[in-house]
Amino acid sequence: MLQASRPKVASGAAHEGPSIQLGLDEPLKLDCGVKLGPFTVGYQTYGTLNADKSNAVLVCHALTGDQYVASTHPITGKPGWWHILVGPGRPLDPERYFIICANVLGGCLGTTGPASINPETGKPYGLSFPVITIADMVRAQAMLLDKLGVEQLFCVIGGSMGGMQVLQWAAMYPERVYAAVPIACAARHSAQNIAFHEVGRQAIMADPEWRGGEYGLHGTTPRAGLAVARMAAHITYLSEAALRRKFGRKLQNRAALTYGFDADFQVESYLRHQGVTFVERFDANSYLYITRAMDYFDMAADKGSLANVFSGTKVRFCLVSFTSDWLFTTWEMREIVHALNAAAADVSFVEIETDKGHDAFLLDEPELHETLAGFLNAAAQRRGIARK
Amino acid sequence: MTDAADGNDDPMPVAARPRAETRRPSDIRVDLRLIADMIRPQSRVLDVGCGDGQLLKYLVQARDVVGRGIELSQAGVNASVAQGLSVVQGDADADLGNYPTQAFDYVVLSQTLQATRNPRQVVSELVRIGRKAIISFPNFGFWRIRWSLLLRGRMPKTPALGYEWHDTPNIHLCTVLDFVDLCERLGIQIERRISLTSRGRTAFLQSSLHLANVFGEQAVFLVSKPER
Repeated sequence: MLQASRPKVASGAAHEGPSIQLGLDEPLKLDCGVKLGPFTVGYQTYGTLNADKSNAVLVCHALTGDQYVASTHPITGKPGWWHILVGPGRPLDPERYFIICANVLGGCLGTTGPASINPETGKPYGLSFPVITIADMVRAQAMLLDKLGVEQLFCVIGGSMGGMQVLQWAAMYPERVYAAVPIACAARHSAQNIAFHEVGRQAIMADPEWRGGEYGLHGTTPRAGLAVARMAAHITYLSEAALRRKFGRKLQNRAALTYGFDADFQVESYLRHQGVTFVERFDANSYLYITRAMDYFDMAADKGSLANVFSGTKVRFCLVSFTSDWLFTTWEMREIVHALNAAAADVSFVEIETDKGHDAFLLDEPELHETLAGFLNAAAQRRGIARK
Repeated sequence: MTDAADGNDDPMPVAARPRAETRRPSDIRVDLRLIADMIRPQSRVLDVGCGDGQLLKYLVQARDVVGRGIELSQAGVNASVAQGLSVVQGDADADLGNYPTQAFDYVVLSQTLQATRNPRQVVSELVRIGRKAIISFPNFGFWRIRWSLLLRGRMPKTPALGYEWHDTPNIHLCTVLDFVDLCERLGIQIERRISLTSRGRTAFLQSSLHLANVFGEQAVFLVSKPER
């Protein structure tokens, strides 16, 4: 089981598209105290920045996402992960907006992460890479925007970990954000979610091929461990109802149970496929670092209450949750809404009815697209961004 | 199903799903016009149960208010957000507690009080959050309702209250006098009362509470709670 060909991502070599060196003059001060610099950020842009620089949109990707939001993935060859939302005639139309999406700090597709070569040693960072936070990711994005000449974003949008970044943007750089759209996320990572992440990390670290995180030096990859991490995580992205609807107890290419541990059930086969294909495109250490960043996320930790974080904010918020999402529940999104109400912020919130679980934010959910199109269009009109 | 949380794998087929209905008709109701007339320009307004945002939209455009809404139905919220209104999905019973005291100049609850689980609590919250609250509701003391119950011996149905007893969302109906009594109990001051018949506003109903309790089909109250 869980066989895969040699992954192509360990060094980030498969990255296509622009990348930029940041932190040359002044390094990025990370929350952990380490100063990182220079470092590289891989990114994609769509459309052009207008004359008054008012039409920039930053799309923030999720845990295992990347900058290929609307372009073919260089490894999998699949369409961009949010091509149903970003593209000609879509709610985020490059004809109207200048859309930016960057691989997060700690990632493995063009941005500096644990698989990158440490200039001081000439070897991959491995576990010597500093632990990063969601705020660090946002700081790196802000440095990228400085270089791209974007002072204020018309909108920062993202789901899941992308939504965490959106909230962090609004909290840390309120003057640089006109509108914020956090989808299916939370202002703090829950105990249950930390628990699932820990299962994934332990699976990776239990794989002998992980080699204490130095597999880059040994020419190995903890494939089985990373695949198991992905399988466990994948279950949390779905819902019981969706699994029942799609798979039930259906058998995989066989008429009867085999009385063994082969993938008898379709759902097993499906999960194994998810695990194996994931290993092709993702670095195991990046998975450790980015899940850790999410675990550490707690916006109100040193602010007393979440309302204090957003007090006096001028940012226009639109939050979206999904009924069957048990990873980032409506309840957690409502907590953010309540805090924003208490801060007298301009906020809209929609809970969308679906059985597709957390994954719904990536799928063809007409209600999601209508909500986003309506909110973005109304905000753009107010901001004076012409429709072309 | 997709490659979760990044969407790089095969999408799951999308099942067709019926759309939710908006709760309110699209034409501007007479009580909404009355409410709008009570609201000073450029004030901060929270519309609780804002439907598709008809009143809010009007207030934003015609009165230049800073408007916010709460609405239960997804279709209503979507319709509101699509018009550029700031509306959150929620309901009057559960979601008022988080708003700061006197966060708004006006809090509007139009044709929703009778559908709340705890009207007493809701009304208390309205006058806490808003300097003034505007509450409109169908008057269950209206003579046609009394007559219908007396004559037919069946739960009354009127144009304003058209549901069967077993499928009505209206679980806490009251009369004009009942509402006045609740305000007294809660120490709430009634600043204005307007009663309506099916023909609209009628002068003879405005002077007498008891006439309004019999002949008014709808009531709109402007209330506030004096600071102690």
